[in-house]
Amino acid sequence: MQKPRIRWHIAVFLAPAVLVYTAVMIFPLFNTLRLSLFSKVDQERVYVGLQNFQTLFGDPFWSEQFWNALGNNFWFFLIHMLVQNPIGIALAAILSHPRLRFAALYRSAIFIPTILSFVIVGFAWKLILSPIWGIAPGMLDAVGLKSLFAPWLGKEEYALTTLALISVWQFVGIPMMLIYAALLSIPEEVLEAGEIDGITGMSAFWKIKLPLILPSIGIISILTFVGNFNAFDLIYAAQGALAGPDFSTDILGTFMYRTFFGFQLQLGDPHMGSAIAGAMFAIILVGVCIYLFGIQTRMRRYQL
Amino acid sequence: MNQARTNPLNTAAMHGALILYTLIALFPVFVILINSFKTRKAIFREPLAMPDADSFSMIGYQTVMKQGDFFLYFQNSMIVTVASLFFVLLFGAMAAFALSEYRFKGNTLMGLYLALGIMIPIRIGTVAILEMMVATGLVNSLWALILVYTAQGLPLAVFILSEFMRQVSDDLKNAGRIDGLSEYTIFFKLVLPLVRPAMATVAVFNMIPIWNDLWFPLILAPAEETKTLTLGSQVFIGQFVTDWNAVLSALSMAILPVLVLYVIFSRQLIRGITSGAVK
Repeated sequence: MQKPRIRWHIAVFLAPAVLVYTAVMIFPLFNTLRLSLFSKVDQERVYVGLQNFQTLFGDPFWSEQFWNALGNNFWFFLIHMLVQNPIGIALAAILSHPRLRFAALYRSAIFIPTILSFVIVGFAWKLILSPIWGIAPGMLDAVGLKSLFAPWLGKEEYALTTLALISVWQFVGIPMMLIYAALLSIPEEVLEAGEIDGITGMSAFWKIKLPLILPSIGIISILTFVGNFNAFDLIYAAQGALAGPDFSTDILGTFMYRTFFGFQLQLGDPHMGSAIAGAMFAIILVGVCIYLFGIQTRMRRYQL
Repeated sequence: MNQARTNPLNTAAMHGALILYTLIALFPVFVILINSFKTRKAIFREPLAMPDADSFSMIGYQTVMKQGDFFLYFQNSMIVTVASLFFVLLFGAMAAFALSEYRFKGNTLMGLYLALGIMIPIRIGTVAILEMMVATGLVNSLWALILVYTAQGLPLAVFILSEFMRQVSDDLKNAGRIDGLSEYTIFFKLVLPLVRPAMATVAVFNMIPIWNDLWFPLILAPAEETKTLTLGSQVFIGQFVTDWNAVLSALSMAILPVLVLYVIFSRQLIRGITSGAVK
């Protein structure tokens, strides 16, 4: 064995990535958490301990907004879990069917909304659902359901659900693709063994395929969770920073943006913004930990 | 394959479901595109009709060309996306090579440290990122965006690329070492060409979120000369909200480049996702 010497090339290979990642991602992350413990008094930055969090959770003006945004965010997430993921799984199950013609074509077409920006998606749906333009009421009229039409994005009780469904429309391609990949990796012998036992069609899906793709469904759930809890763009593009009507579509991302950047009459407050970012960080961390330690380790993985 | 899994009724039902969903997925895009070529009257009278000789109009595109600097926005988006991808791939591949090739103290720890960013969104640190960019004078420059997107893309890039680099044969690298090649030459001349498919996958994964991001352009580079296409179209549409021709044309012009990129790269993207790169 050679005497250990400093292998400079390892440092050279690692340095750029570690430097950029540390300086632009990890350091600001902790710096933001640190800033949440400060406040601005007479143009000076002073340490105030947990006072910002006390304001955020204790002051009715702030806590009302925070719980509203958090509740909305959970509803947003719930709709994704209940609508986006089942549709994605169903589409993937159909697409993975052997000998289905045009499968690649369907797959590419259904994935198109996912590649569009939130700005395009937000405005496109805003126009389509607009009562002025009349595409949505016109189409409902064609099937005799015109009475169901309402300006969904403008009504407090429907706006958030509508936006969540628009987001589902945009992102259904991702669960579809991931589940499709998981389904393709199931070996043919397993399915044939099931067939010999008389398990075919739908029951083959429920009894054989679904248990085998559960780990992928777990990954999709946590990706959806993290994505939803730092979502911002769609709401901002469609409803603006005020997340109207009357904050009914406000989620944590828009709440944080308004707080730290300011809007209209309210001045931006980076320290309160940091406190909200800290709360978001905690929520995401809890979600990821529940997934990693509570779900992923308990999930049964089958050796294929 | 037996009869039970392919009866004609089932096949018809499957195609029916897929066609229905494909229509739902494409309908909004289709409506925006066709109406952008129509006169204002035609947009409102028959929103679902194709533009014909009577209703055809390019007035919206003319307004967009006159009022918005879409070529500049497009150029900015292009610079930011290409530069960020370049740095993500170069730095990511270098770090992945160091982690997968050499055994050194703290290797696993370094790998975990770099993987942290896969699950934690960089947006949480926005307040401090903005302060840092202001302090360094990078605010309202494309470099601010390039740095942020590079940092954002690195964790997943290192993770995916190091998986692939483990599969590169040791014999090949050792043969290079016996021939007296330096570690740098081995990396650039032997290993990089072999992981090109994985690099393409990483590039395609990163491309779409960077191109479409609204948050960081809005906060770090909102100046007129650094607006990206996403932010530019957002601001433009906000200002011209009552000019339907202009709004529809602006939307179409924002859709087109992504659609073209998608047509070029869709096979790579779909192969990347389905090859299990993100398992």
